[in-house]
Parts: sequence; structure tokens; C-alpha cells
Amino acid sequence: MSLVLRGGTVVDSQGERVLDVEIGDDGRIASVGNDLRGDINLDASGCVVAPGFVDLHVHLREPGQEDAETIQSGSRGGALGGYTALVAMPNTEPVADCAAVVEQVRHLGAAALCEIVPTAAMTVGRLGVDMAPMGELVDMGVGIFTDDGTGVQDPRLMRRIMEYSTGLSARLGRPVVLAQHCEVSALAEGGYMHEGDWSSRLGIPGQPAEAEELMVMRDIALVRLTGAHMHFQHLSTASSVAMVRGAKAAGLPVTAEATTHHFSLTDAACASFDPVFKVHPPLRTDDDVAAVRRGLADGTIDAIATDHAPHTDHSKEQPFDSAPPGMLGLETAFSLALEDSGLDLPEILALMSWRPAAIAGIGDRHGTPVVAGSHANLCVIDPDETWTVSGRAMASPSSNTPYEGRTLRGRVRHTISAGEPVVVDGEAMR
Amino acid sequence: MSTAVATRRHLLGIDGMSRGDIEGILDLTDTFAEVGRRPIPKVPALRGRTVASLFFEDSTRTRMSFETAAKRLSADTMTFTAGSSSLSKGESLRDTVEVIGSYGADAIVVRHAMAGTAHRLADWTDACVINAGDGCHEHPTQALLDCYTLRERRGDLDGMRIGIVGDIRNSRVARSNVLAFSLLGAEVVLVAPPTLLPPSIDGWPVTVSYDLDAVLPNLDACYLLRMQSERITEGLVPSMREYATDYGLDARRAALLSADAVILHPGPTNPGVELTTAVATDSRSVILNQVSNGVSVRMAVLFMLLGSGMDLAPDQSGADQEVGG
Repeated sequence: MSLVLRGGTVVDSQGERVLDVEIGDDGRIASVGNDLRGDINLDASGCVVAPGFVDLHVHLREPGQEDAETIQSGSRGGALGGYTALVAMPNTEPVADCAAVVEQVRHLGAAALCEIVPTAAMTVGRLGVDMAPMGELVDMGVGIFTDDGTGVQDPRLMRRIMEYSTGLSARLGRPVVLAQHCEVSALAEGGYMHEGDWSSRLGIPGQPAEAEELMVMRDIALVRLTGAHMHFQHLSTASSVAMVRGAKAAGLPVTAEATTHHFSLTDAACASFDPVFKVHPPLRTDDDVAAVRRGLADGTIDAIATDHAPHTDHSKEQPFDSAPPGMLGLETAFSLALEDSGLDLPEILALMSWRPAAIAGIGDRHGTPVVAGSHANLCVIDPDETWTVSGRAMASPSSNTPYEGRTLRGRVRHTISAGEPVVVDGEAMR
Repeated sequence: MSTAVATRRHLLGIDGMSRGDIEGILDLTDTFAEVGRRPIPKVPALRGRTVASLFFEDSTRTRMSFETAAKRLSADTMTFTAGSSSLSKGESLRDTVEVIGSYGADAIVVRHAMAGTAHRLADWTDACVINAGDGCHEHPTQALLDCYTLRERRGDLDGMRIGIVGDIRNSRVARSNVLAFSLLGAEVVLVAPPTLLPPSIDGWPVTVSYDLDAVLPNLDACYLLRMQSERITEGLVPSMREYATDYGLDARRAALLSADAVILHPGPTNPGVELTTAVATDSRSVILNQVSNGVSVRMAVLFMLLGSGMDLAPDQSGADQEVGG
């Protein structure tokens, strides 16, 4: 059975052209051309046909917190958001710090609506004390290590992890990526939002921007020492962006991501005291938002990520301080990029598809040009359709979107994952 | 009482209130202060209404003040304290509030160690929510009673110079009072070491000084905040001794204040830290007036939010008379 996406405008790393796309039974693009007909024909008129999105930062909560999200529900949300690959963070219960848990995630991911890319913790239990068995995990194909949710505090241990990782790159076949959640705990602990005008006024204890910036600074120095590939997760402050810009100019092997909420929301949102706006790193100031947008525009930041972090309604029905941090992101990311990033569509696609695909080591099958022979991981998006955000209507069992009720522009019409139409006309097929 | 006050459903903070709102409550407080001076200080204004106190944080004074106020208005009261709560059993805050609402509470007086808790409750309940202190954010009835006490002593806050001394960073009393004092036309100066000031005071209607001696001669009122020993372990000041030396109001410093200045403290005091015992009993100290005015202000607030605006006549029913509440 062949599948044809008809009448759309293809936009990929090679540019823009009006083409139909035929997808074969082997999950690859069979041909591109005009007036193609398949056994199934999906209307793409008025839409952009693009390589599927790749999210470098997703919390799928399984194993351990299946009431908040599962790999299945998270992948459904991802597919609805145009994603064909999700990089799953290892802060599950138990932590993905060993072969058994990574294998479980991979097994569950095999039935998902998009590709699930497991990562593993850098340290045992994400406790920042002992190095995780990185060699064994690399041999299973794990290419990204992170203690996300916390940064590795001990600079000596971090140095050793960096050194050790460089010795594993040959076994992996590409550089091992160490992804850091930059936050110096001693400065951040006890702070629940960005420290500044708003925290002072609201009486919510804050965490200073410097808690993030000091670890960015440290890790850049350690990259210079060790040559390891460091990926900076969810950059949120102006100085962090500036330091990464400087590190790249110096030729260091660093990459970075920014989340949709760090270019679309500020700490002023916390004035509602609604913990749906509580997230780590916290929402920052207008100046930081502007710096993140500049970093996305000038190439300092390589990827738009979501840090999709589902939490049950119950766990968010608490005072701001005691509620867990995190917000949903998969189904709103593309629209927010279109509305709030200040970037044009080709720039957005690069930041959401082929550039993160390369960092995740899946550039052979995601983010590839829409040409015959490529893996058929595609999304079809209508940049003009408007819709209204509703947490309840999302695929996740959680509903903690900070954009509830907002009308956004840009909607995913179809998503094709490994040749399978997993989303058709905005509806998940399974 | 102004229309704005009459239609207000909750008292969450001074933030968002107007000068007229505050003056309306202070004017109404005069009425209830008069009730408090009666032989039987009780009126049937809120008979049949239920006031629930939710105290997730220890507070003998504020809780008793609200309960006394409710009883003097003939409201029924119920009290929930964290120690006996189900919050420790994993219930969400919302569950707890909905249960209390289902007991028929007309007003919920809430104290919590975390900022914004009263605002959260207001989204979840049909009852009037009164913030009795939320973390380091606000304590609006404290600010109202402080304004009332200053007005009682000095007539008017307009043009007064008020110093707020101490742990402003962690003080809900300071945040509410900065707003209330300046709304009523006073000039506010914050006096504290930088570590006890909020990280940012951009946009606050205040000036700042690190030198209490230099400030005192110019003050019409000196408001001393409670200093907690945690601030030492948090590394914000070296020791209680050094704090008392630099920022405590002892007899020498009290002599720098003018003869008609007013000394306030929200209580409870740490004798010898924020002020010495001799200064606490100085004729310029109104610390005990603050306590008694607290009941009158809270009666005004409860009446404003729950009352029909009608019945302030002495209670003649005799059915459930309680002297003093």
C-alpha cells in the first residue's frame, strides 16, 4: 500500500518546492513529484510538508509515574505535535542508569507512535556521586547521558565523566553527548522561581540566574580541558546564551537547546501563584527572553526543545512552592515557535528537526531531506490554522499547560512516522 | 464603606487595594472598637455564618484574634490546624479546601508558610477567603491593624515618615505594610543589612538605609520586624548579637526618636533583639494596642465580607451569649 501526501509545499534543509510525496511499504519515501496517486492519499494543500520534529528533551514518566504520562501517551502527544522522535529523559523511577531500565524504555518505545530515543543518567541514581556504567550503555546504543532535573555538582566528578566519555565515542561511532541541566544547587535550593523583581514582590523565594550561569561557565572550562561534547539543556538566561556563543566562537564542541516556554513566557506569569508556571530552570525576565530569541536566530542555540514535563492535576493543586516543577510542551511547541520565537518557518524547522536530529545521533532517519530513499518521518503542518489550547484535550493524562485558553496559529495536520500515518487530519490514529 | 470594598469577595492582600478601600475598613473598625468596649462585646451581625480557620502554620495570636472577632460577631467557628490535618496523608490542598467548603464555611481564614496559598484557595472555593499570612508575601489584616493603630495615635498617616527595620526579605508584614503605608500617604524607609532586603526593590515606594542611628531622628514611627534565628543558620547575618547591636532599638536609640514617635512590632518580640524590654514598655510603644486593635480590624473585615451591613445593635437574644467570645 502506498501513501501519497498531495498538494503540499515541501520545506526541508534543501529549500522549498511544491511536490507530492509518495511513501512506500518499506517506510521510506518512494518518490516525489507532481500528480502522484497512492492507495491512500492525504491532502496537504495549503500545508507545509517537512521532516518530522525531534525533541531533545521529553519526560515520558515511564517507568514510575504512569498516572502522569506513559511512553504511549507521550508519543501520541508528540505525534500530534508533529514529532517523529522524542529523546526520553532518564529521571524515571527507577532511574535509567543501567541496561535494564534503558531496555525497558526501548521495549515500550517500540509500540509508540514515534521513535523513542532512550538516554541514560551520567551518575548512578542521578545522585551525582558515582559514574553510571557508561560503557555498557554506549554498547546498547545510548548516545546521550544526562542527570537532567539536576546538574552534576561535583566538578571533579564532572571532569572525570567528560574524560571517560571521550574514550567511548569510537565505540558509539559518534561523539558521546553529555547533556547538562546547569544549576548550582547551593545557589538554587529553596528557590522556586526566578529571583528578581517579581519574586521579591510576590514573596516567593527565588533562585538567581547565576545558579545556571556558574555551571555553564564551569562546564565550558571543562570542555576546554577534556574535549568532551557538552550539550547545554534549556538555556534560560542572557549570560548563559552569551557564554555558549563565546564557547562556539572558540571552536569548542558545545551545543545548546532552548525551550518554547523560555522564549514565550516570563516570570511575571508567576503573579497568579498558579504552579502551572513553575518550571526549572524558572521563567526569566523580558531581557532573558530576548536573549534566548537572539540565540536561536544567530545559531548559538541549536535546537528548540520542550522539556515536556507532565504532572497530574492532583500534584499541581498545591501552593506554588510545594508543587513539582514542569509543564506540558509537545502539542504547543510548533505553534509557539511560529508565534513567539521571532523566527521564520525554515529557521524553525531547522531548530525543531534536522539540527536536533544530528545532536541526537538519529540524523540518518530524522530531519533528512524529503527525497526518494529517505526514511518517511514527516509532518504536514498548516501554518495558518488557528486553535485554542486545552490541557484536557491533550493526549497526556496530565493537563499542565501554561497556555490554557490561548489561541495559537499553526497546527499539525498529518504526521508520518516510519511510513505510518500516525496522525491524520489532526487525529491520532492509535 | 466604599462600593469597591462592599463588592470585594476576598481579602487576599493589600496589593490591588485602593486608598479608599483601606480607609473604608479603618472607618468601619471604629464601629467595632466601640463594640469591643461594651460590657457584653458581642453583636448578632454574623449569626448563622460560619468562619473556618485553616492554619497550616503555627500562629496563636492571629488565630485567636480572628476567632475572637468571629465570636464577637456571633459567627460559628471551626478550626483546622495542620497537625490534625489529612494533608500529611497525601491529600492535595484543593481536596482539603473543598472538604471544608462542604461543611458550609462562609469564610475561610488561611495561614500558610507558602506565598500565594490564599490566592490558590480563592480559585477553589465559593467561600470568602481571608489571607492571614501567606509565606513571605502578604499579611493584609496585620497591615490594616497597624494602619489603624497609627491613625489612632497620630490621626493621619499622610506625610508620616515610617521606618521598617529588620528582616524585610522574609517578611509578609513588611510587604503588606509598605503598600498600605504608602497608599495612605506615608513615606517609608527600609532599614536592614543588604542580606535582609528583598533581592530587588525596583518599583517599591521606599528608600533604603543601612544606618538606623541616622534614620531614627527623622521618623514619626519605627516599625520593628521580628528577627528569627533561622537567619543566622541561613548565613544572612553573623549572629543575633551583631543584629541587635546594629539594628536593635535600645534605650540609647529610642532617645533618638522624637517624643511623639510611635514604636510598633507585630509580635511576638525577642526581648533584647529587636528592642529591649524597657523600650517595649516605653510610652511611645503601641505593641499592646496593636493586639487589641487586631480584633476590631478583623471584625470589620469579616463584617465587610460576610455581613448584611445591617445589624450592629447589641445582642438581645440571650440564647448563646458568651462574654468576650
